Amino acid sequence: MDKELLINAIESRFPGITEASSEPFGLLTLEIAPQNLKALVHWLKDDEQMNFIFLTDICGVQYPNQGNREFAVVYHLHNLEANFRLRLKTFVGRENINVPTICDIYSAANWMERETFDFYGIIFEGHPNLKRILNMDEMDYFPMRKEYPMEDATRTDKDDRFFGRIGNESVTFDNKKALAKGNNHG
Amino acid sequence: MDKSQQIVAKDSMDGELATLNLGPTHPATHGIFQNVLTMDGERIQSAEQTVGYIHRAFEKIAERRPFNQITTLTDRLNYCSSPINNLGWDMTVEKLIGIEVPKRVDYMRVIIMELARISDHLVCNCVIGVDTGALTGFFYLFQERERIYDMFEEVCGARLTTNIGRIGGFERDFSPELYNKLNAFLKEFPKRLEDFENMLCRNRIFMDRTIDVGPISAERALNYGFTGPNLRAAGVDYDVRVMNPYSSYQDFDFKVPVGKSGDTFDRFNVRQEEIHQSLSIIRQALDKMPAGNYHADVPEFYLPPKQEVYRSMEALIYHFKIVMGETDIPSGEVYHAVEGGNGELGFYLISDGGRTPNRLHFRRPCFIYYQAYPEMIKGSMLSDAIVTMSSLNVIAGELDA
Amino acid sequence: MSEIKIADAPQGLEGEGFFATKIGDVIGLARANSVWPLPFATSCCGIEFMGTMSSNYDMARFGMERLSFSPRQADLLMVMGTISKKMGPILRQVYEQMAEPKWVIAVGACASSGGIFDSYSVLQGIDKVIPVDVYVPGCPPRPEQIIDGVMHIQELVKEESLRRRYTQEYKTLLESYNIK
Repeated sequence: MDKELLINAIESRFPGITEASSEPFGLLTLEIAPQNLKALVHWLKDDEQMNFIFLTDICGVQYPNQGNREFAVVYHLHNLEANFRLRLKTFVGRENINVPTICDIYSAANWMERETFDFYGIIFEGHPNLKRILNMDEMDYFPMRKEYPMEDATRTDKDDRFFGRIGNESVTFDNKKALAKGNNHG
Repeated sequence: MDKSQQIVAKDSMDGELATLNLGPTHPATHGIFQNVLTMDGERIQSAEQTVGYIHRAFEKIAERRPFNQITTLTDRLNYCSSPINNLGWDMTVEKLIGIEVPKRVDYMRVIIMELARISDHLVCNCVIGVDTGALTGFFYLFQERERIYDMFEEVCGARLTTNIGRIGGFERDFSPELYNKLNAFLKEFPKRLEDFENMLCRNRIFMDRTIDVGPISAERALNYGFTGPNLRAAGVDYDVRVMNPYSSYQDFDFKVPVGKSGDTFDRFNVRQEEIHQSLSIIRQALDKMPAGNYHADVPEFYLPPKQEVYRSMEALIYHFKIVMGETDIPSGEVYHAVEGGNGELGFYLISDGGRTPNRLHFRRPCFIYYQAYPEMIKGSMLSDAIVTMSSLNVIAGELDA
Repeated sequence: MSEIKIADAPQGLEGEGFFATKIGDVIGLARANSVWPLPFATSCCGIEFMGTMSSNYDMARFGMERLSFSPRQADLLMVMGTISKKMGPILRQVYEQMAEPKWVIAVGACASSGGIFDSYSVLQGIDKVIPVDVYVPGCPPRPEQIIDGVMHIQELVKEESLRRRYTQEYKTLLESYNIK
C-alpha cells in the first residue's frame, strides 16, 4: 500500500470526503468532517485492501481562536500487514461538539474516547458509557482546555507569587477567583 | 466508594450473586486498581473497573514545560523502565527539529533501553511468581535487578527516575566502570535467570496456575489495541523495533518471540525470552560499539559543558538560550513510537513554535490494553484474575497518566 | 558466634537477680522493634520500596518482616507515591481503620508535598488529610533514605509516652483533621 493508492481508493469510494491532506514527517494526514468519519473508518477497517485493523490512538487537541474548528479529534490507524500508518483529523466547534463514536468498530476506542471526553468535553455520540475516566466524577470542568490553569485554583498552600506564575498564566486573576467559586465552566 | 459505580447483584435469581470490591488498595493488585466484581461463588460474572487513582495530569503539565524538561514527566510514566520513555521522548524531539545523532549515541541508547526492558520484564515475571506462591524467585532476581540500577546510577546518577539522555545524545560518555559492570552482569545474570526459569517454567504448580488463565485471542487483542509482550503472547509478531526501527535497531539480529494462546503462561514465557533477546542485543551493541561522540553537534539544543560556559562567550550564549527556552523550535506535528516495556509507547507532539509543546499526547500501552481485563477474567476464578492482572503488567503511572 | 545485634536494654536499676525499669520503656522497646508496616504504594516510590524490601536492603532487619496489608493489624502506614484527590478519601479511610497507636511516614516528594505535580488532580501532600510523623524527601528516595525514615519512626515509637494518645494535644490534632 502506498499513499496514492490509499487516496485514490478513498476518493473513488467516498468522493469528496477528504477536506484536506498533508504528510508531516511522512505520516499521511487526512481531514474528514465528523459526519463522514464513522463510515470511512468502518470501511478502512473492513475493506480487505485497506485493512487498517489496528487503532493506535485517539486524542483531542484544542486550537483556541479557531471558531467552529476549535477542537480536533485525532485518530491514528495502522495497517499492520503493510506497515502503513494513517492519521485522521476531524474538527468541531465549541457549540456543536459532537463526534460519532467508533468504539463499536474498535474496542480499544472505548477508553480513549472517554479520556478525550474527560479532558476536552468532546461528546462521542453513541458511546455506551461516556463518563469521566481519570478525573473525579464531581469535577465540573474539562481540565485540558487551555483556559483552565494547570494548578488547582482552590489550593491554599502554595503562593503563586513565589513560583513566578502570576502573569504567566493564560488565566487572569479575576478569572481564577471565579473558577474557585465554581462558576465559569465551559 | 460511590454507590452508583457499583454493580448491584440484583440480577441474581436466588440472591446468591455477591458484589466484591477488589481494590483500590488490595494487597494482591500491586498498585491502585479498583475492580467491582459480581461473583457467583468463586467465579467472576462481570467486572467494572475504575481507574485514575493516581492521575497526575502529565499532558497538562507538559504544555507548561520546555522540551528538555519533559523528561521528568516521561520518567514517571512507566517507572519500571523510565529510560525507554526518556529516550523515546528525546527521539521525538530530534525528529521534530531534524537532528541526526551519531551512530555511537544510537548504540548507547540501545544498551540503556534494553537494560530498562530487562528490569521491566523482571518486575512483571517476579510478581507473577509471587502471585502464584513463589516468593523465592522474587528475592533471587531483585538482587540482580539492583545491578541494573547500579548501572543506571553509573551513567546518570539516579536509580529509578533516571532523567537519562538529552536531546541530541547523552549528558556524558559511558565510564569504564560501566563497561566492567555491564560485562559482569552479562556474565553472571544469565545463570540466575536460568535458575529462575528452572524453578518456574516446568513447575507443575506454576503451570497449573497459569496455563489457560486469562487467555485472549489474537483477533480480540488487536481489536483492543494490545501491543508489546501481551500482544505477542497472543501470537501477533508486532514489535516497533522491527516494524519501524529507531535508534539503529535494524543493525541488530534478534528474534521476536511469540506465544500461541495469549494466556498468562505465554505472557510469562514471551517476557522471559525477550530478556534473553535483550541480553543478546546488548552483547551485539557492546561488540560493535562505534567510535565517535556521545552527542550530536547541535549547540542550539545540547547544553555546553559547564566549564566552557565560564570561558567562552558562545557557550555562555547557548547555555542561556537553552535554559531560558529561547531556542527556536520548528512548528509541526510528529508521531514517534518506541517499543516500551509494555508495548508501543507513542508520543504525539504538536509544536506551534513556542518554547513548550502546544499539545503532547502520550500513547500509553497500559491504559489501552487494561480495558480488556473484564473480558479476560469473565468466568474465571478470583485467584486467576489476580494472576492475570499481574501478567498484564499494568503500571499505574502509565495507566493514569 | 552469631553476629546478630540485640537491642540495648533501657536504663534501669540492676542488682543481683533483678532488673527494674519503667514499663513504658520496655513497651517502647518491644513496639519499636516489631513495627508492622502497611505499604500504601501507589507509584514510583512503591518500586523503590520493593527494592527496600528485597534481598539487598532487607527491611526485615528492623523487625519488619511481616507486611500487614490489612490496616486493622498495622502500626505504621507507609504512604509511597502520588496521592491524587480521587485517592485522598481512601487513604483517610485506611488511616481511620488502623488501631492506635499508629504512625505515618510519607515517603517521597509527592506524598510529602505533591512533588513536581502541582496540578489540578494531585493532593498537595498527604498531611492535608491525615497527620504525618516522618517525611522522607526524594523523588523517589533511595532505599537507604527509606530505611533512614523508618529508623526515625523507630526512635519515635521508642520514646513515645504511653499516655500520649490520651492527651488533649493529640485529640486536638485528630480533631483538626476531623478524624474521630
